[in-house]
Amino acid sequence: MAADLRPEVVLLDFWVSPFGQRCRIALAEKGVPYEYREEDLLNKGDLLLRSNPVHKKIPVLLHAGRPVCESLAIVQYVDEAWPDAAPPLLPRDDDPYARAQARFWADYIDKKIYDCQTRLWKLKGDAQEQAKKDLIEVLETLEAELAGKPYFGGDNFGFVDVALVPFTSWFPTYEKLGGFSVEKCCPKIVAWAKLCRERESVAMALTDPDKVYEFVQFLQSKFGVKQ
Amino acid sequence: MEKTPENASQAAPLKLFGSWASSYTHRVQLALRLKGLEFEYAEEDLGSKSNELLRHNPVYKKVPVLVHGGRALPESVIILQYLDDAWPETRPLLPADAFDRALARFWCHFADDKLGPAVGAVFASMGEDQEAAVRQVHENLALIEAELRDGAFKGRRFFGGDEVGLLDVVLGCGSYWLAVFEEVTGVRLVDADAFPLFHAWLRDFEALDEVRETIPAVDRLLEYARGVRHMLLGLAGAGAAAASAAAAAPAEAPAAPAPAPAADIAVDI
Repeated sequence: MAADLRPEVVLLDFWVSPFGQRCRIALAEKGVPYEYREEDLLNKGDLLLRSNPVHKKIPVLLHAGRPVCESLAIVQYVDEAWPDAAPPLLPRDDDPYARAQARFWADYIDKKIYDCQTRLWKLKGDAQEQAKKDLIEVLETLEAELAGKPYFGGDNFGFVDVALVPFTSWFPTYEKLGGFSVEKCCPKIVAWAKLCRERESVAMALTDPDKVYEFVQFLQSKFGVKQ
Repeated sequence: MEKTPENASQAAPLKLFGSWASSYTHRVQLALRLKGLEFEYAEEDLGSKSNELLRHNPVYKKVPVLVHGGRALPESVIILQYLDDAWPETRPLLPADAFDRALARFWCHFADDKLGPAVGAVFASMGEDQEAAVRQVHENLALIEAELRDGAFKGRRFFGGDEVGLLDVVLGCGSYWLAVFEEVTGVRLVDADAFPLFHAWLRDFEALDEVRETIPAVDRLLEYARGVRHMLLGLAGAGAAAASAAAAAPAEAPAAPAPAPAADIAVDI
């Protein structure tokens, strides 16, 4: 009988995706070996389409062939499927309120940041100005939530940090498009981002900010946005 | 009462801020009943929100909010997971297996991100826009039907298995609006022939005692829905400027949180 040579864990991803990066960080933090597969989003492969027929989007985590979709569901799955691998990404079972707070802020990040940043690069004039205002408001809300803590979860890097940190590579892009300084409005967030980047899992996953900006310029030309 | 960790113990009081027509509120009420938990209920006037609600949910200013031992939990799906974490030995809502949990979370997000807004769009539109919205609802229901027929939920009575779970609560509290909207708009949304398994699941869900205790009487829902549709269509006719001015109006559309295509109204439930 031929051995099953399929890798145990496969991540279908796209190099610059902050959502994919969340998954890469979670897998690295847990020390789970996996195969990374770059997807061509203009020409989506069979495996991606079969694994995520509902949205046809990356990231998708395949564990022993079974697909898990949506980045925050994937991160929680990684936390739960490898429970003995330190560190826990969500607060432990004995602190339900802390777990709820972690889910709340990760969900807030999901609801707000991607939408604001997309409007910031895609739109012009008043609509772009509104996107910038909205984005600053979101970052200020997160700044207030971070307060004096080293990480959003407190002393340890966790779920909310994983949810937000990939977007920090986009800060210079926000600044160029919006004409504002993230450091001026949210110094704690910038300090937190530096701290996170000291972790190998984060440093390996995040895209260089210059490459992010190049990518956004590519999107702008593709969508006919005047640069 | 001093805020010590013991406040969050199972004995600490539960207070739910909600709105009678809000399916998100119903989710929490149903979950509390399934878990056999006593709670105080405070009805919020969404056109004039209480200071207490705004204090407990400063980020979104929405219902439902569950306050447990003085600490506030907003967002219905997060509240439901909290109830499981805080009362793990009572009627679990989430499955035990990590993969099944990921599936439940995925479909809950689908319910709120895709199906709910699509249903809301049907309700808030007319003519060609409405036809497009109906097609969207049917596509979404077809995806769920496929999972019930051949996929992750094959052979199950409920999404949670033999008993209702998180996904049943999330999809179920909202699906009763389908029949109401059909009546009010005259549009067919859930065809028993096209979606037999979904139809059967919904019927079984709505027959449960705790569900019948939670969902308001259909004539109240109909009256409410008629009023909201009248307002939404009036605004769509009046144009975008009138619509955004009226978006602050007290009557807010039920169930779906998405803005209507013709009038940019955020539905605050």
